[in-house]
Amino acid sequence: MQRRTLLTTGAAAATAAAFGLPARADGHGPLKVGFIYVGPIGDGGWTYQHDQGRLDVEEAFGDQVETVYQESVPEGADAERAITQMALNGADIIFTTSFGYMEATNTVAGNFPDIKFEHATGFMRDHDNVATYDARFYEGRAVIGHIAGRMTNTNKIGYIASFPIPEVIQGINSAYKHAKAANPDVEMVVIWVYTWFDPAKEADAAKAMIEQGVDVIMQHTDSTAPQAAAAEANAAGGTVYTFGQASDMAAFAPMPRIASIIDDWGPYYVKRVGQVLDGTWESGHSWGGMPEGEVVIGEITDVVPAEVKAEAEAMIAAITAGEYHPFTGPINKQDGSVFLAEGEVATDLQLVQMDFYLEGFEGDIPN
Amino acid sequence: MITLEKRPEPSRGWSLATPLLAVILTVLAGGLVFAALGYDPVATIRAIFYEPIFGQNSFYYLPQLLVKAGPLILIANGLAIGFRAGIWNIGAEGQYIMGAIFAAAAGLAFYPSESFLIWPLMITAGAVGGLLWALIPAILRVKFGTNEILVSLMLVYVAENILSSAAVSWLRNPEGMGFPGSRNLSQWDAASNPEIIAGTGMHWGVAAACIAVILAYVLMARHILGFQIRLAGQSPRAAAFSGVNPARLVLICMGVAGLLAGLAGMFEVTGPARKISIDFNVGYGFTAIIVAFLGRLHPIGILLAGLLMGLTYIGGEVAQQSLGLPLAAIQLFQGMLLFFLLAVDVLTHYRPKRTQRAAS
Repeated sequence: MQRRTLLTTGAAAATAAAFGLPARADGHGPLKVGFIYVGPIGDGGWTYQHDQGRLDVEEAFGDQVETVYQESVPEGADAERAITQMALNGADIIFTTSFGYMEATNTVAGNFPDIKFEHATGFMRDHDNVATYDARFYEGRAVIGHIAGRMTNTNKIGYIASFPIPEVIQGINSAYKHAKAANPDVEMVVIWVYTWFDPAKEADAAKAMIEQGVDVIMQHTDSTAPQAAAAEANAAGGTVYTFGQASDMAAFAPMPRIASIIDDWGPYYVKRVGQVLDGTWESGHSWGGMPEGEVVIGEITDVVPAEVKAEAEAMIAAITAGEYHPFTGPINKQDGSVFLAEGEVATDLQLVQMDFYLEGFEGDIPN
Repeated sequence: MITLEKRPEPSRGWSLATPLLAVILTVLAGGLVFAALGYDPVATIRAIFYEPIFGQNSFYYLPQLLVKAGPLILIANGLAIGFRAGIWNIGAEGQYIMGAIFAAAAGLAFYPSESFLIWPLMITAGAVGGLLWALIPAILRVKFGTNEILVSLMLVYVAENILSSAAVSWLRNPEGMGFPGSRNLSQWDAASNPEIIAGTGMHWGVAAACIAVILAYVLMARHILGFQIRLAGQSPRAAAFSGVNPARLVLICMGVAGLLAGLAGMFEVTGPARKISIDFNVGYGFTAIIVAFLGRLHPIGILLAGLLMGLTYIGGEVAQQSLGLPLAAIQLFQGMLLFFLLAVDVLTHYRPKRTQRAAS
């Protein structure tokens, strides 16, 4: 019942028919691979890494593929147009690389059944031509959480958080659990900045933390502003450690950046584009981590004592080999109830729905 | 040497010609910038101005042009009324956000009812949301003499934080597995703002923008209030002598601008944007300021300027995807438009005159 619409059905059918026509009229030529980015490709973090993945695809397939991208696409009405535009211009597979593109991706996919769509970090697959993919960032958080717990002198660790969604909460909990295991006196300060990329807000959060006595800062935001804030504090005689996020952020090594979590999307992009080329592409959800090479710990600098570095490397090896899962019981929730019993390992469903802090954590998830 | 001599009256001819001249200068300078960046300037300009209207995918781009221009025209019309009176509401972005939040909250309170009352309720709530947000700087200015430019701008950031909290907590879709964002309003018949004629991009917000153009035209050209607004802008003292109440004028101008911005937010959240999300606002409230000036603060001018601005957005996306032009180059191009407009505006108010330097 669409009271406010005239002539809906006829015109809609005409639109749908028109949509079907222009794409790939020739049916030949290189496979066109499209990417929709949420930030600028020069952000030095999240979008930069996705763009590196795009370059990997070009390198792997050469003349067989042609890549196109659009950067800084807002996660609202504009996303739908940007994706449609890419589809109309003959893309064969389109990677939409931010959570906020979820509904737009599925809407457009319904209009273009012959084009493949891949949506990063979402869960919605309304059509056969939509797949979703994500990386197990919490595996990397476990490692840097351990390093953070060992490195802090003030026993205060800061965490610049973006949005209170399961993916971010997993990271906080994983880092907290492993920092606490390495150093029981640790407390964690979380600041929610409600953005993925805003250098000014990220810098403000980092400075506020440093003033509160935090000496290790982790971030789930994409800019290098927190690194710069820490470097400034260190130049003034402080000792503040940070970790590169999404990208290596090696420009800030060896101090304040003492290690990093790198998202490497290249292996997944090359695999999926290859499947489109040989006709074996199928919808599904992929959640790769350290074993697949999608989550990588960047160089641990010499500022970190050899002993701590060895512990971190052992943990990396165990996770990569599938011997250790960062969420292995016993783990209790913040309210004291049991999350995982002794020896129990969290299921993927439990992880993607995580909306609580772990036991001992001070503060509340904003709600 | 050439000096500038102030015209006794702003030139009518130049006032109409300068926007065109500004567009031509922008195209020329933009072409140079694109060439300097290593892109074919003709192909780039063609992608921006020609492809969306006449290219093979224009059946999709033309409706999108209306979708993009609709909120710009709606907001700019409200702003222009205040700008004419010398009242500077820079915070339309915040009023736009609050309109969307009020509308979504009012509607979702009755989910999943299919009552026909929900749609008018949401329109009213959207208008009230924008109105109230704009009245804060208006009342502060009237009562305490605060600067409405600063207060309205700062309230944009407050509104953005309220938007974040709405998206992640109190308006969050309970069936969304904990992910941020409200229910999809465009999939709920009682609250959706569909295209009035499918495939044309003509949704109710675009219709409202057209109505706003007509009403603003009548107000400014025919109504005593329009006369008072123009008088207050040109000569505040003369306005005071002729009995214009400045406080009342501030409240009306800010209120109308907020109301229209709130409506724009309402139509956007129920239509193209589909739901309240963290990144719901994309800068329409700020771009509308450019549109208002590009359109000479005149309703018809704003209509044309909104369409032109929409075209640079759509065409800019075409150029990004087909030629790999960076977004920053597009934004530079859009910025140049305002820059050149202000620069050539000097010809409206001044006359170049050749003078002889006095012999010393």
